[in-house]
Amino acid sequence: MISDILTVMWKEGKEIMAYLSGRSKLSPLIFVSVFGLFLPFQMGKIWVESPMVLVYSGWAALFLVNSIIADSFAGERERYTLETLLASRLSDRSILFGKILVAVVYGCGMTWLSLLIALVPVNLMHGQGGLLLYPLTVGSGIVGFSLAGAGLAASAGVLISLRAATVRQAQQTLSITTMLLLFVPVFGVQALPYGWKARIVEALTAVDATRVVIAAIGLLVLLDIGLLAIAMARFKRSRLISD
Amino acid sequence: MNDYVICTDNLTHDFGSLRAVDHLSLEVPGGIIFGFLGPNGAGKTTTIRLLLGLLEPTEGHARVLGFDSRTLADEIRLHSGALFEHSGLYERLSAEDNLEFYGRIWRLGTKERRTRIEELLTHLGLWERRKERVKTWSRGMKQKLAVARTLLHRPALVFLDEPTTGLDPMAAAALRDDLAALAAHEGITVFLTTHNLAEAEKLCGLVGVIRQGQLLAVGSPDELRTSRSARRLEITGRGLGGEKIAALLRARPEITAVEQQNNRLVVELGAIVDTAPLVSLVVNNGAEVEEVRKKTASLEEVFLTLMEEEK
Repeated sequence: MISDILTVMWKEGKEIMAYLSGRSKLSPLIFVSVFGLFLPFQMGKIWVESPMVLVYSGWAALFLVNSIIADSFAGERERYTLETLLASRLSDRSILFGKILVAVVYGCGMTWLSLLIALVPVNLMHGQGGLLLYPLTVGSGIVGFSLAGAGLAASAGVLISLRAATVRQAQQTLSITTMLLLFVPVFGVQALPYGWKARIVEALTAVDATRVVIAAIGLLVLLDIGLLAIAMARFKRSRLISD
Repeated sequence: MNDYVICTDNLTHDFGSLRAVDHLSLEVPGGIIFGFLGPNGAGKTTTIRLLLGLLEPTEGHARVLGFDSRTLADEIRLHSGALFEHSGLYERLSAEDNLEFYGRIWRLGTKERRTRIEELLTHLGLWERRKERVKTWSRGMKQKLAVARTLLHRPALVFLDEPTTGLDPMAAAALRDDLAALAAHEGITVFLTTHNLAEAEKLCGLVGVIRQGQLLAVGSPDELRTSRSARRLEITGRGLGGEKIAALLRARPEITAVEQQNNRLVVELGAIVDTAPLVSLVVNNGAEVEEVRKKTASLEEVFLTLMEEEK
C-alpha cells in the first residue's frame, strides 16, 4: 500500500506544481515574503521567542492545506478523472491517504520553509552578533501544531471534497467551516461574562504553558483522527460514482 | 461458464426507482471485440460500472475474468483497463506524465514502463509530443492517449465506453483503426459500448443490443442482419400485377403480407424460410421473373427495428 500512496502523492505533487507554475505561482511567493520576511523583520526577536509563532504555524499550515485540498476529489470529479482513477487497481485507502498526505506535506513544508527563512531577517536585523534560533520547546511546538493543523484541514477538506460537486462548492464549504472554527471560539470567549473570562485567564496562567500546548496539540490530533475515520467510512467507490 | 470472459446472470441495478439495468444475462467469449449497442440512457455505462465492481448489483451476479464482481472487484480492476466517455486524463500534466502515473499504478518497472510508453505513443503517432501538456491537445489526440493509458498494463479485458463520441469523422476513423490494430496486436478482449452502428459493424465480432436496461438481441453483426434480412423478399418481373399470384402467396402460412408495386411484388415473411418454393410458385403461375432479392438490412436497420419492436 505504501508504494500506491507514494504513487498518488507523486501525481498530486505534479498537479500542485503544475497549478502553482500557472496563474497561481505568486501565491506561495507572497506567502513566504509576508510570513518569512516582512513580519519577522517587523517583529524581531519576539518572532522566535514568543509562543505566538506556535499559533502562526498551526494557522499557516491549515490555511495552506485549505488552498489545495478542496481540489482533491471535487477537482477529479469536475475534470472527469475520478471514474478512471476509481476503475484502477488502487485501493480506497491508498487514494485517500495519498491525497491527504500530499496536502499535509505541502502545508507543513511551506510553513517550515517560511519559518526557516524568517530566521534570516530576524538574525540580520536583531541578532546583535549572536545567533537567534527557535528554542527547542517552541520548535517542537511548531512541528506539532503545524502537523496537527495541516492534518485537521486535510481530513476535513477531503471529507468536504468527497461530497462536493465542484471545486468551488468545496472551497466555499471549507472557508465557512474554517471561519466558524476560528471565529466561534474567539467571539464566544469575548461574549462570556467578565467573571468567567477572568477565571479562564487565571486558570491558563496557573497551568504550565508546555502542558497547554501539549493538550492543544493532543486535542487537534484527536480531531484529526476522528475526521480521518469519518472520511475513510465515507469513501465508497459506489457512492462516489453515483454522486 | 469459465470459457467466457464476461458472464452475467440476471444482472440488475436500480438508481432509486429507476431500473438502469434489468435482468441482464450475457456471455462474452475471450479474444473478441464485443459491441454493446443502445441509445443514450439504455444502461450501457451502468453495465460497465457493474462489471468493474464500481457499482453493486441490486440483483443478480456478474463474473468477469472468472472473478465475482461483488466480492473480487479488486481482482477484476487489476486485470482490466477502462476508458469511459470522458478521457480521464490529467490535463495539467504532460502526456508522458499521464502514462507514467498509470504505469506506476499498475506497478510496471521503470524500464518496462518507459519501453511500453514509447511503444504505445510511437504506435499512435504521439511520441514526439509526449512532453506537451495534454490540455493543449485536440480531442482526437486526447482520446488516442487515453487508449494508450488503457492498454498500458496489457490488460486481459478492456472496457471502452463510446470512445469515438465527439470526434470528427476522420479522427473517429483513425481511432477505430488504431483500436482494431491494437486489439489484434495485444490479443485482448474488448467490451465496446457505442451508439455508432457503423463502428460496431466494422469492429465487432459479437454484438449485443440493449434498451431500457434489457438485452434485446445478441449475435454477430452478420447473424443479426441475416435474422432480419430474410424476412422481406422483392420479386421483379412481368405478370406480377394479377390478383391470382398475390392470393396464392397470401394463402401460405409463412407469408404475413404481400404488396404489389407496378412490376414488383414485396413479400413480407413471418420467419426465416427457404424462399426457393415461393419463387417457383410465382414462375409456375405464369410470371416472368427478372430479379429476386432478399433485402439486406444494415446493422442500423436491425437496431432500429429492434427499438421499434420494443416500443
